[in-house]
Amino acid sequence: MGRMSGTRRDFLMRTGQVVGGTALLSIARMAPAGATQQGMQDAIRAIAGDASLQTGKVRLDIPTLVENGNTVPLTVAVESPMTEADHAKAIHIVNEKNPQPHVISVTLGPRCGRAAVSTRIKLADSQQIVALAEMSDGSFWMGSTDVVVTLAACVEDLVR
Amino acid sequence: MARALIKVPATAKRGDIIEIKTLISHPMETGYRTGTNGTTIPRNIIQTFTCIYNGDEVFRAELSPAIAANPFLSFFTVARDSGTLEFRWTGDNGFATSETATITVE
Repeated sequence: MGRMSGTRRDFLMRTGQVVGGTALLSIARMAPAGATQQGMQDAIRAIAGDASLQTGKVRLDIPTLVENGNTVPLTVAVESPMTEADHAKAIHIVNEKNPQPHVISVTLGPRCGRAAVSTRIKLADSQQIVALAEMSDGSFWMGSTDVVVTLAACVEDLVR
Repeated sequence: MARALIKVPATAKRGDIIEIKTLISHPMETGYRTGTNGTTIPRNIIQTFTCIYNGDEVFRAELSPAIAANPFLSFFTVARDSGTLEFRWTGDNGFATSETATITVE
């Protein structure tokens, strides 16, 4: 009896390893070969051109631990008086590891009163989110946050 | 016609900064997912959103597939005059819809 359960345990352990290995492999295969750190840098350059990016003024509010990557609330606020002479012209959001680096670009003006926008986004992986603000004087400001995603947005369709 | 929800204060004092919230029902299909038969589900997203206050564009957004399904957007504007706010969404496959809201400015 003892020997029997031993073999059974061995069998189960070996099966477990095989199943676990396959699961790991499929997780590795699921990793999207989309945007990378380089892709994000390129996207930032495409937005800002050669302008230097200054850190500050931009506040990015996003949960640091995200349970469901399919809908992640996000708020970006830029410190700006929003007057005719000095206002934020645009806010851009880019990410590191979604299939496409660009998330959203909004155009603002002095009639907005306050340079802030909220939306909900999809995140395919734990990654860095960067918000860029373009000011009326042509300067660019940047804010970034790292988020951890437990359920990625792109896994769902594979399960279906 | 996609269903859209809009929240604009009915009345405001002149010069007040008001918050506008919009939500529209739309799948925001990314184009990166595969269906049950292994073929890619074609992209179907809303690309642009604009808010027009008495004929002047006050806010515009360009959306990517990374925006979650049923796009929600909230933003601010200064209440200048009584009138209408028009919201327009355009997207793939000729998607175009608009909604209006009225505001009374005292």
